[in-house]
Amino acid sequence: MMNFELKIAKALVFAACFIPLGLLVRDGYTGNLGANPIEVVTRSTGTWTLIFLLITLTVTPLRKLSGWNGLIKFRRMLGLFAFFYVCLHFTTYIWLDQFFDFAAIVKDVAKRPFITVGFASFVLLIPLAVTSTGGMVRRLGKRWQQLHRLIYLVAIGGVVHYWWLVKADLRLPLIYGAILAALLGYRLFRAWAPQLWVGVRPQAPAAIPGNGFGK
Amino acid sequence: MLIKKPSDIKSSEITDKKLYLNRRQFMAAAGAIAAETALPGLFAPPSPAYAGEKLPGVQKSPLSTAEPANSFKDITTYNNYYEFGTDKYSPAVNAKSLKPRPWTVAVEGEIKKPKLYDIDELTKLSSLEERIYRLRCIEGWSMVIPWVGFPLSALVKRVEPTAKAKYVELTTLADPKQMSGLRSSVLDWPYLEGLRIDEAAHPLTLLGVGLYGEVLPNQNGAPIRLVVPWKYGFKSIKSIVRIRFVEQQPVNTWMKSAPHEYGFYSNVNPRVDHPRWSQARERRIGEFFKRETLMFNGYADQVAQLYAGMDLRKYF
Repeated sequence: MMNFELKIAKALVFAACFIPLGLLVRDGYTGNLGANPIEVVTRSTGTWTLIFLLITLTVTPLRKLSGWNGLIKFRRMLGLFAFFYVCLHFTTYIWLDQFFDFAAIVKDVAKRPFITVGFASFVLLIPLAVTSTGGMVRRLGKRWQQLHRLIYLVAIGGVVHYWWLVKADLRLPLIYGAILAALLGYRLFRAWAPQLWVGVRPQAPAAIPGNGFGK
Repeated sequence: MLIKKPSDIKSSEITDKKLYLNRRQFMAAAGAIAAETALPGLFAPPSPAYAGEKLPGVQKSPLSTAEPANSFKDITTYNNYYEFGTDKYSPAVNAKSLKPRPWTVAVEGEIKKPKLYDIDELTKLSSLEERIYRLRCIEGWSMVIPWVGFPLSALVKRVEPTAKAKYVELTTLADPKQMSGLRSSVLDWPYLEGLRIDEAAHPLTLLGVGLYGEVLPNQNGAPIRLVVPWKYGFKSIKSIVRIRFVEQQPVNTWMKSAPHEYGFYSNVNPRVDHPRWSQARERRIGEFFKRETLMFNGYADQVAQLYAGMDLRKYF
């Protein structure tokens, strides 16, 4: 049963996740998106997709390190917001960049590695969004967890997509890459070096009561 | 105990900076008039030097396009000028620290008349013209810009290149005190560009000193920049401090940074893609739909013969 505080907290997080879109809409409405508004919309929705992917991947390490298990209750919502922003990003691309010229889009996806990687990551995110419901989690059982490990690939693809599109200034992609490396490194470390965690972590992860989301 | 001492001068009594500067201009003008009366023709009026000042005697040019120009705001707030930051909105903010006067341009190399030009002497080599040109950035956007400047050919003729002068190499200022972007090594400073000498002497090739009839704003490359309308924008090097005539083809900065992506020629060509994105279409700033990119940015009639017989896929 959800308690009242959790409901409030979820509502607040939900509202906060719309702030980036809200600011974009406001700036668009007031004509403050600069000389090339479509570029700003493309960049911004792409950036927020990456940020939400990284936040989603932060939930588990943060929960384990802090012992605050309630964090897991926000993971699905954060992941779905990553999907929400990538849908806006993709829509911007097929509509405002390519104007539904599907021949050009197919050529673009096939020919340009940064678009290939970005598109593949978007496609891989779709089954994760589709299987995010409680019913799906129950129905898929152990396979749900295996399927949702695709998020690692999606996040790597997202960073590579960004890395390959910049002209010379790699500083921002490097920052995203470093954060992702730390988040994935933490997981590798926990999976492959359990001996070092003796006394901290039991060999098999303990089930967390009240959620079926695994690790 | 700290006692705050009131200022001796009330703020209302301080002369406004604008008036103060106007007073300076008035005194200079008065001086010039006095001198002109005594020795006619000896003193020219002071040259406009700072962004916003109107450039006098600018002629219209038949080489201008009739397409509507982008707004002054778009042209001055959406700039690629990595010396002032790598995003396009930073230069308008960060370039305030650039000092366009005093400024000299060293003209040297394979020429008979090398000289260190003062900027105001250089801009008087030829009468100023307004040239409304299309500008196509390699990133896939474009603008129409009413430049003010004079043909680079006027300088080329003046300095008398020797037979060895096959290329012209141009260099941007690299002063970390004035250019905050130099703190990061995203590019190999100073920024350097080059043209073949026949490209440099082409009538379309401009040394730009103004925009919309006024002195060039810092973020657009004050006090003097190159404008080569049939090449991608990065070829049109800003805030030039050196022009050197050389025998060997210069290695321009972007080519050095990624040789498989940026060539020496970098002519606008819808059929030769950047390795990472298509060059077939462009977004004209201010327009919703993309438009087809034209060969040589629409200047094929004037410049195609410069590249007759060349494989433009190889010499991209």
